[in-house]
Amino acid sequence: MKKTPLYEKHISLGGRIVDFLGWALPVQYSGIVDEHLAVRNAAGLFDVSHMGEIEVKGKEALNFINYIVTNDVSRLVPGKIMYSPMCYEHGGVVDDILIYMHDESNLLLVVNAGNKDKDYQWILDKSKDFDVNVLDMSDSYAQIALQGPKAEGILQKLTDIPLGDLKFYAFKDEVLVDGVKVLLSRTGYTGEDGFELYLSPSDAVHVWDKLLEAGKEEGLLPAGLGARDTLRFEASLPLYGQELSEEITPLEAGLGFFVKLDKEDFIGKSSLLEQKEKGLKRKIVGLEMIEKGVPRHGYEVRSQGKAIGTITSGSFAPYLEKYLALALLDIDFTEVGQEVYVDIRGRDRLAEVVETPFYKRRYKR
Amino acid sequence: MNIPEDLRYTKTHEWVRVEDGRAYVGITDFAQEHLGDIVYVELPEVGSEVEAGDAFCSVESVKAASDVYSPVSGKVIEVNGSLEDEPELLNEDPYENWIAVIEMSDPGEVDALLDAESYAKHCEEEEEEMA
Repeated sequence: MKKTPLYEKHISLGGRIVDFLGWALPVQYSGIVDEHLAVRNAAGLFDVSHMGEIEVKGKEALNFINYIVTNDVSRLVPGKIMYSPMCYEHGGVVDDILIYMHDESNLLLVVNAGNKDKDYQWILDKSKDFDVNVLDMSDSYAQIALQGPKAEGILQKLTDIPLGDLKFYAFKDEVLVDGVKVLLSRTGYTGEDGFELYLSPSDAVHVWDKLLEAGKEEGLLPAGLGARDTLRFEASLPLYGQELSEEITPLEAGLGFFVKLDKEDFIGKSSLLEQKEKGLKRKIVGLEMIEKGVPRHGYEVRSQGKAIGTITSGSFAPYLEKYLALALLDIDFTEVGQEVYVDIRGRDRLAEVVETPFYKRRYKR
Repeated sequence: MNIPEDLRYTKTHEWVRVEDGRAYVGITDFAQEHLGDIVYVELPEVGSEVEAGDAFCSVESVKAASDVYSPVSGKVIEVNGSLEDEPELLNEDPYENWIAVIEMSDPGEVDALLDAESYAKHCEEEEEEMA
């Protein structure tokens, strides 16, 4: 297993280490529910160094990225970040990524750990006809996420830049955090306000320690992959491999806002256009269990004994205290209020289609 | 880890306390610790007949669902309904919060279960395997 620069920290903090896509990372420290609630009510600190970073540089960098993703990168400005699916020709998803714009000829793509090698190869292959350089820089970056309503106050203790000026989905390079240069990004994957710090692996332990110390009074807890998953799930943020995949298009996943079909040609455009014109046959909706039970990834969803889809993600939602799921269902069963059954370990349990996001985000606009 | 001396145990991490031919059954401290936050308990049905070793109910943590195996044979005569609304009681005190009471058809089965010392050793071995 690969270790992040914070591996020893996780051990000494009592983290329970698991193999996550080949990375030795903590699934939890004090407990998933505890950590989840800390992020909703105060703040949590996550090691997300496993994420991949791919640099795209060169004269045509911006145009090239605009060609390989579905969102409209031409609207991006330096210092801002854009979320976008990146699709195959058939409309299925290669990955969902963050695009950081330094300038038109220098952009950073942040990709899912489990997709990094695939993404890099895909991007490299597609870059042949463009004047760009594509570099996998993942080993040069550690990444720490500080998330929660107290995140700004905690981080402000360690930096002079006025954090109130940094808006959601904006970033600033070479920010000093306790004297250490970081790329500071107001982003996250928890449904809370917060920051992601990209920094040199050799600085990771120092910054991690300083942040934990700075957040002690505010109730900051180190948080593991378990809470990261329940937090993103409760906020109805998609996870690649569950809500998004080679077989599920961004339109089916409810990410139509991030698919700009009116921009010039991009990979997957014709398929997605066709899918939109013909109308979706299935899509991802939220479910709330009416009869108690924990719906989980892969469980079948039924109506009148007939299979109508599957659960993509499901869990007890620790903050909302409900049993919830995201499910990919036949379009005929996707209206809010629709009753369906989830096969939970051999028993059909009643559930109802509900609005998403389950948990309303509180971001810094 | 807490392993009370006066209980009997299974290798699958259930405990048994016998009172008047009735077996109070729950999951051990080791089990709740390794499961993590328990968010749902699927109780057995009162009146159902179980064989020793049957998966007769389940507990679910945030990350996974786990079967609970009956340590003894008999009939389920009572279940701990408070676990339906407060599954976290199994984390807070796994020995106080039994899951079900079984009227044993063969009380001799209890003798075949592990005592505290053997169970402690078994847990140590499992810890080593996981490490």
